[in-house]
Amino acid sequence: MALSVREYRARIKSTESMKKITRAMELIAASRIIKAQQRAQSAAPYARELTRAVSAVATYSNVDHPLTREPEDPKKAAVLIVTSDRGLAGAYSSSVLKEAERLAEKLRGEGKEIDTYICGRKGEAYYKFRGRPVMKTWTGFSDQPSYEAAHEIGRTLIEAFLADEGEANAVDEVHVVFTRFRSMLVQEPTDVRLLPLEVVEGEEKPDNGDVLPLYEFEPSAEAVLDGLLPQYVQSRIFFALLQAAASELAARQKAMKSATDNADELIKKYTRIANQARQAGITQEISEIVGGVNALADANAGQD
Amino acid sequence: MADTDQLQVELVAADRTVWSGQATIVVAKTVDGDLGILRNHAPVLSLLTDGVVEISPVDGERMFAAVDGGFLSVANNRVSILSQFAALSHEINVEEARAELEAAQSDADGDDADERVKRAEARIRAAEKAS
Repeated sequence: MALSVREYRARIKSTESMKKITRAMELIAASRIIKAQQRAQSAAPYARELTRAVSAVATYSNVDHPLTREPEDPKKAAVLIVTSDRGLAGAYSSSVLKEAERLAEKLRGEGKEIDTYICGRKGEAYYKFRGRPVMKTWTGFSDQPSYEAAHEIGRTLIEAFLADEGEANAVDEVHVVFTRFRSMLVQEPTDVRLLPLEVVEGEEKPDNGDVLPLYEFEPSAEAVLDGLLPQYVQSRIFFALLQAAASELAARQKAMKSATDNADELIKKYTRIANQARQAGITQEISEIVGGVNALADANAGQD
Repeated sequence: MADTDQLQVELVAADRTVWSGQATIVVAKTVDGDLGILRNHAPVLSLLTDGVVEISPVDGERMFAAVDGGFLSVANNRVSILSQFAALSHEINVEEARAELEAAQSDADGDDADERVKRAEARIRAAEKAS
């Protein structure tokens, strides 16, 4: 507390400029969330139609597709972790990573080996720092993912899933860990098993309860399923990326809001201390002057 | 009448709805050949190839759209065309597509060169048909 007024003023100034930055980041995150939500909404029709089509095929033909086949004795699992590229988003990345650790623990308990795939620089750095092997990483799009990115990730994961046993990247199941966007205030890390697919999940009932029409498949049900399922997987990954992006922005907005509030508190505190120090200085000066005058008066009195 | 008798068409790309509305006929290129759909068509689910989809809206001019594969589903006079990439002819930049076509043709060794050529061609065809 023994600092001079000037030093307190300097601290107040730097806190003020920090507050400006966090405030700007908060506003930017807030405006991007709206965009991210719009993107999620405009991607919804595709996912809806795709789910409808896939369940139509799955209902009317008993096709056995490699992507839906349960391996008898799963030994190896791939885990895709969706994290952010940039920090300053509170506990966003660390809670996803924690969830991933939990899932990995569980899978290991079931006797499965784990191949890790990562989205986002934060996750990459986390694994690199700990010297853990990573199969592949994708970075640079965490706050506004494109469908191309999802396409690329989907292709890699499907390839790994379909690879013959014995190949380096072959896995028996694929899990995704991402943050689900519940609301502006609540985002929760979740893990989902992506492959093998469980197509008929019953979450997307056909509209107004009508029975799905009896489709003709061209060229054949198998071929249609062949074309549909990879796209379905990619659309699920795209959904995960979009949710993660919205969650990241919401987490960042929240973190930056509390940073701004803290800066406000600090500024208030420092202003008080600076005022106190200034007042103490003035008091000291006055008492010095008064003391000096007294001393002078005493000296003069002695001479008289 | 028009509401129930016409086709309700939705052309959907992975990240947006490209076009939706009422149409009288939809022609798309499937893996088995061209498929024309009028109202009361039997329910069908079909894979598309990279190509041009032709939609004749109830009011307004015929439209052409380029799609990168995807599929088409028809049921109860509802037509959904889903493709990872889809663009209406007026959204297509012909110059860009041509440049892409040339780049893809000269890069014959690339794994996806064939695909890229087909896609660029589809885009150029869609743009040319409209003009």
